[in-house]
Amino acid sequence: MIDFELSPEEQATLEKAHEDAEKLCRPIARYYDEHEHESPDEFIDTMWAKREEGGLFGLGVAAALRVEETCWGDAGLMIVAPGPGLGGAAVMATGTPEQRERFLTRFTEGEPKWGAMAMTEPSCGSDTAAIQATAVQDGNEWVLNGEKIFVTWGKRAVEQDGIVVVWATVDKSAGRAGMKSFVVECGTPGMKVEKLEHKLGIKASDTATVIFEDCRIPYENILGSPEVRKLDKAKTEGFKKAMATFDATRPIVAAMALGVGRAALDFVKETFEKDGIEIRYGLPRNKLTSLERDVMDMEANYKAAKMLMMRAVWMMSQLLPNSIESSMAKAKAGLAVTKITQKAVELMGPLGYSRKYLLEKWMRDGKINDLFEGTGQINMLVVARRVLGFSRDQLK
Amino acid sequence: MISFTPSEEQQMIVNTIKQFATDEMREVYRDCEESGEIPDDIVNTAWELGLIATGIPEELGGLGGEQSAVTGSLIAEELAWGDLAIAMKILCPALVAFPIMEMGTEEQKKKYLPDFCDEKYKAATAALIEPRFNFDPLALSTTAKLDGSDYVLNGEKCYVPMAAEADLLLVYAAENGSCQGFIIEKGASGLEIGEREKNMGIKALPTYELTLKDCRVPKENRLGGEAGCDFNRILNRSRVALSAMAVGVGRAAFEYSRDYAIDRHAFGEPIASRQAIAFMIAEMAMEIDATRLMTWEAAWKLDRKEDATKESSLVKMYADDMVLKVTDGGVQILGGHGYIREHPVELWLRNGRGFVTFDGMAIV
Repeated sequence: MIDFELSPEEQATLEKAHEDAEKLCRPIARYYDEHEHESPDEFIDTMWAKREEGGLFGLGVAAALRVEETCWGDAGLMIVAPGPGLGGAAVMATGTPEQRERFLTRFTEGEPKWGAMAMTEPSCGSDTAAIQATAVQDGNEWVLNGEKIFVTWGKRAVEQDGIVVVWATVDKSAGRAGMKSFVVECGTPGMKVEKLEHKLGIKASDTATVIFEDCRIPYENILGSPEVRKLDKAKTEGFKKAMATFDATRPIVAAMALGVGRAALDFVKETFEKDGIEIRYGLPRNKLTSLERDVMDMEANYKAAKMLMMRAVWMMSQLLPNSIESSMAKAKAGLAVTKITQKAVELMGPLGYSRKYLLEKWMRDGKINDLFEGTGQINMLVVARRVLGFSRDQLK
Repeated sequence: MISFTPSEEQQMIVNTIKQFATDEMREVYRDCEESGEIPDDIVNTAWELGLIATGIPEELGGLGGEQSAVTGSLIAEELAWGDLAIAMKILCPALVAFPIMEMGTEEQKKKYLPDFCDEKYKAATAALIEPRFNFDPLALSTTAKLDGSDYVLNGEKCYVPMAAEADLLLVYAAENGSCQGFIIEKGASGLEIGEREKNMGIKALPTYELTLKDCRVPKENRLGGEAGCDFNRILNRSRVALSAMAVGVGRAAFEYSRDYAIDRHAFGEPIASRQAIAFMIAEMAMEIDATRLMTWEAAWKLDRKEDATKESSLVKMYADDMVLKVTDGGVQILGGHGYIREHPVELWLRNGRGFVTFDGMAIV
């Protein structure tokens, strides 16, 4: 039965998250934008204490709504909130029950912790099959070597009792089939943070380069099967599992984008309202002002992305395969937030460009959603292949 | 609880209509377009599905089911996927039946609804659009003035589907600035039906201009009687219906051009193997899905009897843009072949362009 009504629990979650975003994020958003690499410790402790209320990285509708609201508050702060994160999502999606127990229990106790995912390298981003980092078996250990960049939470995961899920190849000649993921725990010798990036936006979130030098981890820290099936190209299990993780995380990234987009949209509408400008819905196109058309276009794009996001999240909660839907949601939301925030800066004129207001920051923050977890183009490529029934060889 | 799955009953209806659209509509639509005529038998076959009678109470001869905008959207999408002109003809009687079902007086329901439960297609239509570039459904030029026990209507209408064939016409007019509906029976004095219009698309659907010259309508024929009608809601129901139809037309163009791009080889590989084409196709799929979901949400709000003005006008605007972009993309992907009438994409582009104009020509 087609239904768009939130359950009472989801509605309560939404309202609570909105209140938190307003109280906890908005007041400090500008400060941490201007003080990159300074840690918002009080916010982190508060969010850690709130983890019982349900984390930001759950998989259901409620979690997505919470993410959207928190990003409406501030995207950079949302990303720095502690929890199992992308690393945890990978362990959840591909780990054994024993591994989940061993690696994820820490996220329920003690001090704030983070779980990071280290995939991107200086010479490869979306082309993850070209990963150069290596994992070599030595007795009952794996030895990791390589350089990982753009690791969200990298520093926090490496230094504060977190986990880093690292992608490396066990056999370069095997291509995608040789791609495996490994869990490296905080404090493992040979893993270190080399530098923190300076970014366009989401500055409250640390983005690190992590180096692995003869980093030894227990053999059982591999996620999924260690076997390399070179002969059967279809059975690239490791890679497929990484992609399965993306099916779960892309709708959440879409929710993040939507939060930023709506922040900008709300700001525009509130500013107009104060000035007595009302957006008149239901008028024919020829009667609308250009301003009304712009706002309606922004709202419709927000709505379109929101619907795609809700569908992808809902499918995930129903355990339905959602690869195409999650890529659509991510691609549309990335485009929508970019378009909405950039247009909002234009519409607000001198107010839009000024750092006195958060709008210019939202434009900078929002852009990340069109880049990470696969650029908009990579997501369109995923959608295109699925729609056409093409393999990666048929559509490069 | 959030859900994106149609109910079992809805899915059955969708399957039936999809079958009908594939087996019947797609067999004849090009001929209909060329000849300007839609055969009675296809319309009567569709009529037997009871799409309109479903929501009419049993005591009036109907099936006593629920009239749902969500179900209506599912139906409208499938029919429009088959062919827009035929879909509009099939659903045309709803333009009178649905507003009476929801907003008519008891007398109006008793008098007019049983006819829509007959075995054969009952031609009935509504007249909303007026022939001027800045037409605004909320500020109609056609006027209705009370004179004794009659309303006197004056004005001009256009894009009135099936007007010449219709036994009943629901004409919208401004009465002291508020938009109201007036039920006019065939042959009323002062009602002149003009020549059949010649349009860019939907050529199989006969549409007409109407002139109302001191056309007298009995007072009791005002839709909803003294209470009048909720015109905004009628407009919103129309926006949702048209958005769903835009999704259907868009999907038709998307599927055809996708299949073509896979079959058509250039430089040794399918043209779909090139990102320039593949990304167009991916974007079509994405925007069609987004529009469909927005349509469902607006329809869902209508079913809950909530004000859906914002949702339905936003989705209508989005759907207007989407269907033009998608059908244009269809022609573009076929290249020169897309311009040739041997392929249907040019027809879908012409039909797709019409959605910005079609206010009030369909309803759920």
